[in-house]
Amino acid sequence: MIPAAFDYYRPQDMKGVLALLQEHGDDARVMAGGHSLIPMMKMRIADVPHLIDLQDVGGMSDIIVNPDNIRIGALVTQAEIINHGLLSKTAPILREAALQIADPQVRSMGTVGGNVANGDPGNDMPGLMQCLDATFTVVGPDGERHLPARQFYEAAYVTARADDEVMTAVTIPLPNGGYAYEKQKRKIGDYATAAAAVQIVNDGGICASASIAMTNLSDTPIFSEGAGTALVGTSVSKSALDAAVAAMLDDIDPTEDNRGPVAFKNHVAGVILRRAIENAWLRA
Amino acid sequence: MSKKMHIKLNVNGKDEEFLAEPRELLIYTLRERLNITGPHIGCETSHCGACTVTIDGKSVKSCTMFVAQADGAEVTTIEGLGGPDNLHPLQEAFKEHHGLQCGYCTPGMITRATKLLEETPNPTEEEIRFGMAGNICRCTGYQNIVKSIQAAAAEMNAAKEAAE
Repeated sequence: MIPAAFDYYRPQDMKGVLALLQEHGDDARVMAGGHSLIPMMKMRIADVPHLIDLQDVGGMSDIIVNPDNIRIGALVTQAEIINHGLLSKTAPILREAALQIADPQVRSMGTVGGNVANGDPGNDMPGLMQCLDATFTVVGPDGERHLPARQFYEAAYVTARADDEVMTAVTIPLPNGGYAYEKQKRKIGDYATAAAAVQIVNDGGICASASIAMTNLSDTPIFSEGAGTALVGTSVSKSALDAAVAAMLDDIDPTEDNRGPVAFKNHVAGVILRRAIENAWLRA
Repeated sequence: MSKKMHIKLNVNGKDEEFLAEPRELLIYTLRERLNITGPHIGCETSHCGACTVTIDGKSVKSCTMFVAQADGAEVTTIEGLGGPDNLHPLQEAFKEHHGLQCGYCTPGMITRATKLLEETPNPTEEEIRFGMAGNICRCTGYQNIVKSIQAAAAEMNAAKEAAE
């Protein structure tokens, strides 16, 4: 497989990246680990005449755990998420999700920034970040913008990031309570047939808050406010679970593909969400 | 055709310099340009792991990296781990425990397993299966691959203890 020819750039700072994006406009793309973009270039689905490799740009490779939030640089890899001890204590759902992405080799290259910026509905981090109410930082010619994950995804591969902007970091408030990331996939390396991210707070046996997002069940990740609301104030009984699943099914819009027909996807989405809520509640 | 780039790589301890189009995939650089044919092309779509090499300390599928990205990097392939006269403990263990049949996946398996044992020197069967999930074998059913890696781990840990 030979991708179309391109010019390659490895700028040493963000100023250099932005200058290249200004110069080449739509013909330029930035790349971090390349594990979404390179396969698309090899299949010639993506044509990138000017490829800008971010690997030498500083300031985007750190995980910083602050007292009230966590900042993850866009170039942090899935493997670094998995191996970061403090992060695994403060926001264990990140590790649980990262371990279900692709395989060890791919996780050593694939980055958080690439996963959230790409806009592929199959990527796991976008739904996870919506569950965690993350904010994405992008930088462009007019400076930085901070965009809520829950409003970032407009359609498959269409996001609130402008073409001349670069994703630099993801910031999440310190999560509370129990968590679970549950994913059904056909095999290692596959995208989800359905996946669910859940954070839930237990206050004396009653659910005080619940945040739920679904992956690969629409052309964007789906933050299901209704599913969370259905659990709040309940003891997360069977009837509350049923209500949460029903609310989630109202919000998703799966399409038939090689992972199955719509009815099957709705079924799996329900099974996976139920499992995620039960798991998260046990840990809450 | 795009402009060729001046690329420097260190492969298995040897410095290499050449001109290449940036779009050249690293697996082709290794196999066709440098004649390092241990890493194989299986699926060429980042799934099978036959092309696995170690780049700057990371296990990477070399079919999913442009040579331009690897410019300046240190690359280790199966050839850099050991040869017929000085087999790496993993190579020895795969031979002893029948960890291969056709052998096509083996260079990628063993290269990946070196990193797995670096990160997890004493892995459980589950950890081996999870840590090797990016490498596909269509012959063995994996059982003897797991056994081989367990045997190599024991051998390497014993050698480390003896050295201490």
